[in-house]
Amino acid sequence: MTCGYKDPGTLDLEALAVRENLNLPQGLNQIKKKDRAAIPQQEMPSQEAGIRGGNMTEVALGYSENQVIVEASRCLECANAPCVKGCPVSIDIPGFIGAAAKGEFDEALDIIKESSMLPAICGRVCPQEKQCMETCTLGKIRKDPMESVAIGRIERFLADRGAEKGDSTVDKAPSTGKKVAIVGSGPSGLTTAADLARLGHEVTVFEAFHKAGGVTVYGIPEFRLPKSIVQREVDNLEAMGVQFVYDFLVGRTRTVKELMEKDGYHAVYVANGAGLPKFMNIPGENLVGVFSANEYLTRANLMKAYDTEKAATPIYKSRKVAVFGGGNVAMDAARTALRLGAEEVHIVYRRTEKEMPARVEEVHHAREEGIIFDLLTNPTAIISDDQGRVAGIECLQYELGEADESGRRRPVAIEGSEFFMDIDTCITALGNSSNPLVTGTTPELDTNKWGNITVNEDGMTSMPGVFAGGDIVQGAATVILAMGDGRTAARGIHEYLNQ
Amino acid sequence: MIRILKKKQLSSDVFQMELEAPHISESRKAGQFVILMLDDEYSERIPLTIADGDGKKGTITIIFQAVGGTTLALSRLEEGEAIAHVLGPLGTPTHIEKQKKPVICVGGGIGVAPLHPIVQAHKAAGNRVITIMGARNKDLLILEEEMAALSDELIICTDDGSKGRKALVTEPLKELCEADEKPAECVAIGPPVMMKFCAETTRPYKLHTMVSLNTIMVDGTGMCGGCRVTVGKETKFVCVDGPEFDGHLVDFSSMMSRMSSYKTQEDEHTCRLEEKAKELAAGGVR
Ligand SMILES: Cc1cc2nc3c(=O)[nH]c(=O)nc-3n(C[C@H](O)[C@H](O)[C@H](O)COP(=O)(O)OP(=O)(O)OC[C@H]3O[C@@H](n4cnc5c(N)ncnc54)[C@H](O)[C@@H]3O)c2cc1C
Ligand SMILES: Cc1cc2nc3c(=O)[nH]c(=O)nc-3n(C[C@H](O)[C@H](O)[C@H](O)COP(=O)(O)OP(=O)(O)OC[C@H]3O[C@@H](n4cnc5c(N)ncnc54)[C@H](O)[C@@H]3O)c2cc1C
Ligand code: SF4
Ligand code: SF4
Ligand code: FES
Repeated sequence: MTCGYKDPGTLDLEALAVRENLNLPQGLNQIKKKDRAAIPQQEMPSQEAGIRGGNMTEVALGYSENQVIVEASRCLECANAPCVKGCPVSIDIPGFIGAAAKGEFDEALDIIKESSMLPAICGRVCPQEKQCMETCTLGKIRKDPMESVAIGRIERFLADRGAEKGDSTVDKAPSTGKKVAIVGSGPSGLTTAADLARLGHEVTVFEAFHKAGGVTVYGIPEFRLPKSIVQREVDNLEAMGVQFVYDFLVGRTRTVKELMEKDGYHAVYVANGAGLPKFMNIPGENLVGVFSANEYLTRANLMKAYDTEKAATPIYKSRKVAVFGGGNVAMDAARTALRLGAEEVHIVYRRTEKEMPARVEEVHHAREEGIIFDLLTNPTAIISDDQGRVAGIECLQYELGEADESGRRRPVAIEGSEFFMDIDTCITALGNSSNPLVTGTTPELDTNKWGNITVNEDGMTSMPGVFAGGDIVQGAATVILAMGDGRTAARGIHEYLNQ
Repeated sequence: MIRILKKKQLSSDVFQMELEAPHISESRKAGQFVILMLDDEYSERIPLTIADGDGKKGTITIIFQAVGGTTLALSRLEEGEAIAHVLGPLGTPTHIEKQKKPVICVGGGIGVAPLHPIVQAHKAAGNRVITIMGARNKDLLILEEEMAALSDELIICTDDGSKGRKALVTEPLKELCEADEKPAECVAIGPPVMMKFCAETTRPYKLHTMVSLNTIMVDGTGMCGGCRVTVGKETKFVCVDGPEFDGHLVDFSSMMSRMSSYKTQEDEHTCRLEEKAKELAAGGVR
């Protein structure tokens, strides 16, 4: 990791120097593999840590054109393209990066769009170091997946550039007269909607909330994924004729069966996500000042509670916050609490940083912003004051023991290591399990022991004409997997409707 | 956009509105509620019980007390105007069974509004209903005629004796528990303290008592856990598992402290709105 902050202008000038030195892009053909591998990875321009802790705007600012050309020129254009195997939707990575290196940005974006519907979102939030960057040859050479070609950052640049140019024209097949209902407007639902609308089907998206986007609008904060980017995708879909019906809770307003039998939908895609927060079941969990990350983030993001002047939705005023968990959700909650004015924010996690499921970049950003990491630590009880509010937490220290079946070393409590932390707000970020509202009111849908809907390879459930995908099938997973499922289901639905 | 078809003021701060909401009206059952949001961007989501509805007309009725920012703003909307978002019906419907013995329905203050559809449903199931209604004084009693028409027996209590008995609702409730014909069950809806004392009143008689909890909510779909309460040592989500629970098992003191989570912020917000309203009324700054 680089130390010392460099502003976007400096980074751009440095990239320009490399570019001129190597005569990019014309000189591309002359650069030997060894020299390509020696080009340093382009740093992502960002807001300075001390400043961004006080605002909600995006932290990462995006590569400049010079940076993209230099970064893309690092790609070794491997014949077997191991990076593609790391991408859940198999984007032709060497293809689009090759085009980007030549400055052919429109072509590059077209290549991405063959496989990915939401590059501006995935480029920002994919856990790249565990996907495309993990398998990239350059990262292997450099012995660090973080040093691989910054595939997502290039993707983000191309998508943002395309959107600025207004690239939303799509060909639409003539109407098939078939109606498809989509339950949930998260990344999975939006993807299926786009593919099906393109194929000429009449698509309606039913969303429980008053805004579309799922976790990308109510969970992932503005400083990591601006809401305007998600809205842009929604606007594109509307322009393609997709109907959005808000304030509609499938399972209550109407059941899946009623959608088909009463409202005449020929097929349904269930993509209602995994929204059911997990708690730890420790004493004190229902005290005032204990929140699920879902609640905390929904208040802050969707309900705009950070804007205390305008928003009617209140958010808890905190001094010292403890966030339980080590995933993206935990990082988002901690960094949001900091931005809402907490003096001290702790991440309390049972294992070590190495085992944290969060994106490496987010952990790094959180540390830079001053979040305190209490690793190998687990809360055992939340302590109350005399008014039922959080007054602190009891914790135990852990050490890593033997590896379990999954190969991860199991944390073991150290006897006698109890200690007290002065805390007034606790946020549980332990992940989500599947929300039973749809499955509970649709007994025809088979589920596994975690309550996730089971589907066949076309994405179809045990109920004919009903498909499912995203977090409700995968368990809390990732945006790109949700999108991949959406694509599979769209193909499955199209075939089903053509039968 | 959901249109307000009719508006009526029931008491100094209680309002009734009929809303055009065909989907909700078609699916709703007794005990269910909606979550509404006044505009698209900055307003808050608040839960209100579906007090009545007409499936044929495609309407639902809400009755609310203007207690804070959102309910005050809602009370200022007029017929023909619209509410940006109304989600529903939410929650698990009331469990209604044919009973041989009478069912006691207790409503305190604004709690009479959520009680109304439950009394309706018990009557529809052929049950004998004894209703107890309570308020601080006679001006704060709502839905008296409707309740009188629906109930087999109506007992009115006021704190100051300005109408009916000068008593708390728990007094007649206790008498009914001791009557020769033991009641089959009790439903009590009102302020948390009232529900707590109703549950305490019926506990010694082992009379099954359901209460309807009005915790703070955000989504109303079981996603956030903000509405959670402790019921018989278990954590339950009011918006999906409830809003009705066995009153003998609810941890009321935990629930009441949770309901005060945002007290300071809410009071500030309401003050700001009131000030703005005054300024507007005075034709002052815009
Ligand atoms: C805080 C947070 C941070 C995350 N960070 C990352 C990250 O950095 N990278 C990454 O790849 N992934 C991340 N994830 C995970 C990722 O967001 C999800 O895997 C993805 O959004 C799942 O998409 P989906 O379409 O299946 O469901 P969701 O995004 O959950 O969308 C489901 C939608 O359905 C609606 N809905 C639910 N029930 C009903 C119903 N009954 N009727 C109608 N509508 C309904 C919901 O309101 C919601 O809008 C994060 C998740 C969270 C919570
Ligand atoms: C399932 C359910 C059904 C409900 N049905 C009705 C109904 O039919 N009619 C009705 O008038 N109200 C009902 N409520 C209560 C209603 O939701 C609140 O009065 C409303 O949220 C207050 O919002 P506000 O912005 O106007 O006031 P706020 O400014 O949020 O609060 C003003 C005052 O009211 C208190 N308060 C806050 N939230 C609640 C709450 N949930 N319940 C009671 N007091 C609260 C605050 O502590 C504060 O003192 C119901 C609540 C639930 C959970
Ligand atoms: S979609 Fe995600 S995994 Fe695939 S190439 Fe882009 S950043 Fe990598
Ligand atoms: S593995 Fe890395 S270096 Fe090789 S083609 Fe893919 S991105 Fe380029
Ligand atoms: S209101 Fe969010 S879970 Fe009940």
